[in-house]
Amino acid sequence: MSQFFSIRVIGILIGLGFTLAVLWAFGNGVVAVISEGQLKQATVEHEYHKKPNDYAWSFDGLLGKWDTQQLQRGFKVYDEVCAACHGLKFVAFRDLEQIGYDEGQVKNYAASKQVQDIDPTTRETVTRPGLPTDYFPHVAYAGAGVPPDLSLIAKARPDGTNYLVSLLTGYTEVPAELKAEFPDFAVPATGYYNPYFPNLALSMPAPLVDGQVTYDDGTEATVEQMSKDVAAFLTWTAEPTLVKRKQTGWPVLIFLLFATVLAYLSKQQIWAAVKPKKRD
Amino acid sequence: MSFPWAKEYTPTNGVAKFLDEKLPLPRLVYNAVGAGYPVPRNLSYFWNFGVLAGFFLVLQIVTGVVLAMHYAANAQVAFATTEHIMRDVNWGWLMRYAHANGASFFFIVVYLHIFRGFYYSSYKAPREMIWLLGVTIFLLMMATAFMGYVLPWGQMSFWGAKVITGLFGAIPLVGEPIQVWLLGGYAPDNAALNRFFSLHFLLPFVIAGCVILHIWALHIPGSSNPTGVEIKSESDTLPFHPYYTVKDGFGLGVALLFFMTMVFFLPNALGHPDNYIEANPLSTPAHIVPEWYFWPFYAILRAFTADFLFIPAKLMGVLAMFAAILVWFILPWLDKSPVRSGHYRPLFRKFFWFGLIPAMIVLFICGGAPAEEPYVMLSQIATAYYFLHFLVILPIVSQVEQPEPLPYSITEAVLGSDKKAVLGENATPAV
Amino acid sequence: MADTAATAIPDTAGPETAGETGDGVRRRDFLDIAAVSAAGIGGLAVLYPLISQMAPSKDVLAASTTEVDVSAIQPGQAIKAVFRKQPLFVRRLTPAEVEAANATPAGTLRDPQSLAERTKEGHEDMLVTMGVCTHLGCVPLGAAEGEVKGEFGGYFCPCHGSHYDTAGRIRKGPAPTNLEVPEYEFTSDTVIRVG
Repeated sequence: MSQFFSIRVIGILIGLGFTLAVLWAFGNGVVAVISEGQLKQATVEHEYHKKPNDYAWSFDGLLGKWDTQQLQRGFKVYDEVCAACHGLKFVAFRDLEQIGYDEGQVKNYAASKQVQDIDPTTRETVTRPGLPTDYFPHVAYAGAGVPPDLSLIAKARPDGTNYLVSLLTGYTEVPAELKAEFPDFAVPATGYYNPYFPNLALSMPAPLVDGQVTYDDGTEATVEQMSKDVAAFLTWTAEPTLVKRKQTGWPVLIFLLFATVLAYLSKQQIWAAVKPKKRD
Repeated sequence: MSFPWAKEYTPTNGVAKFLDEKLPLPRLVYNAVGAGYPVPRNLSYFWNFGVLAGFFLVLQIVTGVVLAMHYAANAQVAFATTEHIMRDVNWGWLMRYAHANGASFFFIVVYLHIFRGFYYSSYKAPREMIWLLGVTIFLLMMATAFMGYVLPWGQMSFWGAKVITGLFGAIPLVGEPIQVWLLGGYAPDNAALNRFFSLHFLLPFVIAGCVILHIWALHIPGSSNPTGVEIKSESDTLPFHPYYTVKDGFGLGVALLFFMTMVFFLPNALGHPDNYIEANPLSTPAHIVPEWYFWPFYAILRAFTADFLFIPAKLMGVLAMFAAILVWFILPWLDKSPVRSGHYRPLFRKFFWFGLIPAMIVLFICGGAPAEEPYVMLSQIATAYYFLHFLVILPIVSQVEQPEPLPYSITEAVLGSDKKAVLGENATPAV
Repeated sequence: MADTAATAIPDTAGPETAGETGDGVRRRDFLDIAAVSAAGIGGLAVLYPLISQMAPSKDVLAASTTEVDVSAIQPGQAIKAVFRKQPLFVRRLTPAEVEAANATPAGTLRDPQSLAERTKEGHEDMLVTMGVCTHLGCVPLGAAEGEVKGEFGGYFCPCHGSHYDTAGRIRKGPAPTNLEVPEYEFTSDTVIRVG
């Protein structure tokens, strides 16, 4: 037993060592807080960054479905506005059939884009009109910075769909209170103030103005309408299988519930013989 | 196995007899998880999680093998092949979401399995070997999960790989060469991605091997139980099948209901949005966090913010993080209380519910939070308690505590009386 | 099994319940069978995605049809296209080649087929075949300018010397069948859709 006793003594010493070390770090932290007079530095991001607003979506909830009209409107906004700077590299032209375009429309749209390919016989890089099997081409951006690819943007930001609408409609002047509270804060020369962006200033100017796009279905193209439509479209590009996922989930859960109830009843039956009985 | 009243396997037909003679696999299964394995009759639902962990291991292997058919471990295309699985492979999205959430559920059931072991002191003699193998499995799981998270080659994949391998850089003198060796380069790239894929494919089978040893070791003394009183007679036990097969079946149904709800309706809730951004070695995410199951240990890592004596803060954090898990290995020799179950240990119980559990919750929350106050200070207090609990409180409590009276037997605990106890066959409650 | 196991337990709590009569046993059996069946059905259902994930994915299926513009092919010329990652020969026959093909009685051939059976009505001079020798899968010569066309003026496979005629039919050499004509249709006078 003595060797086990010594494990415990060594253990107690090691335990006290770690405890002392971490309490030492804690003490240093306390000293820092006291000398600074506050628990944490109030930063302009903490005070003025806003969480995305909640909007209603057709694909929300347990029974959500795509609103094909909205996706087509959103596609138009992407095509006429966003596509100038942002790519969509994980989406193939053929995928557009899923949002209600027919084969001919997809073929014509694909052919209107130039894509890069390798000639099978000469092995040289060539540029040719797109085919439905091709993916949206790379967008060469002439300015400074790297506009992100939008294929997955709705999943790559917290609360992505709502974030996109909030961001696109959220451009304002720098609030007066902010200037009063943080006189040092300045939007960089190449930036634009937006409270929904993590550091409050993004390089993209407000991309949408009322009436910028003429919708085929006659919907009025307000900034908010276009923002919502393009956010819905980008939610689809981020996860084209979203609706199928939810529709598959229901039968799975209902079957599982049924099987679990059966298992429970079966368990009760089998255990009934050996469960202690209440004597009353 | 070792109980004289365990039922013996009898082959009933020609095929079974043939098999039993040539390769007695049915007999092995019968004795391992069939009617031939006597199990304490009083196991609560906390004893379901071992079987559930086994289920999720199988699920991870099956979905993982499927994903590997479509994935390419190459830094150029890893992210794109992952998206290919999500978009174009038949049911690929289901396979990937099941695999990603399956990892989380594997950890959930294993954590519950471990904490059941803490509360009921399942690690104590004669079950030390089961416990040692269990902690080994947990370490292998952590390594496997970490490497798996690197494979999609998103931002969190890349920066997680960089930060975790960077931990080895904290080791004095040899740290940096080790880090470069681990990565096969100076930053995570093709070499690292390929070896992580290779090991991520291999380790689950090593885990499966350890699981078999874990179950083998379990069958030597038999299962523990909520009273901590050892099995004395046949009336203390029930055959595993059908009593616990059906109970585990029901438990599996409940677990799957939760799991499928996550997979089909909240598949990204446990992930991080940044991992849908392709890895970019030139841009660090604002806030690097590991997957949720590492948060308590990540909090311990970050709690050491000041150099201590001659030890740099970073090294101290790394040592503490590894020590936090390694301490579980010596648990059977730290806790010397003759009583197993927390039910009969008043002092231990208080430290468990009001010390360890809150400390773990605080560490969990702080590990997922940004490195700023008040999280850093909270995690420091919780870390101090964590080490005190296992290395100081547990040995001392087990020495000074006055346990509550134990039932004579499992039968008495379940039925209120045991005929043998009344007959005075054995008057002293042996442990 | 449930029954035998339960009866083997001594010291169970008190006597069996009164409900454990004939009806009770039947109900118990029914429940056990139903629960095990449900588990079995669930297991089988899981097999479906596990098996179908190995079938061609959406991008592969989308690339399984190819459109070829045939307007630029002059009589006597052929082009090579790619169909399902394999070479496809499209050849516009000269009137002499059509005549030669029709002059051969189909019944005497190894794989009896007439030119009309191997082309589309109204486009008898447009021969669309896979560029894959039916012997062991080499790519025959004869499609590109200046390549050897074999003894019968069609295609010639250099691997083991199979000669195909102007209708792509096997005439000499080890190949067992004519060059395969894939499924295709004319979507207009100048464009064919293969697959």
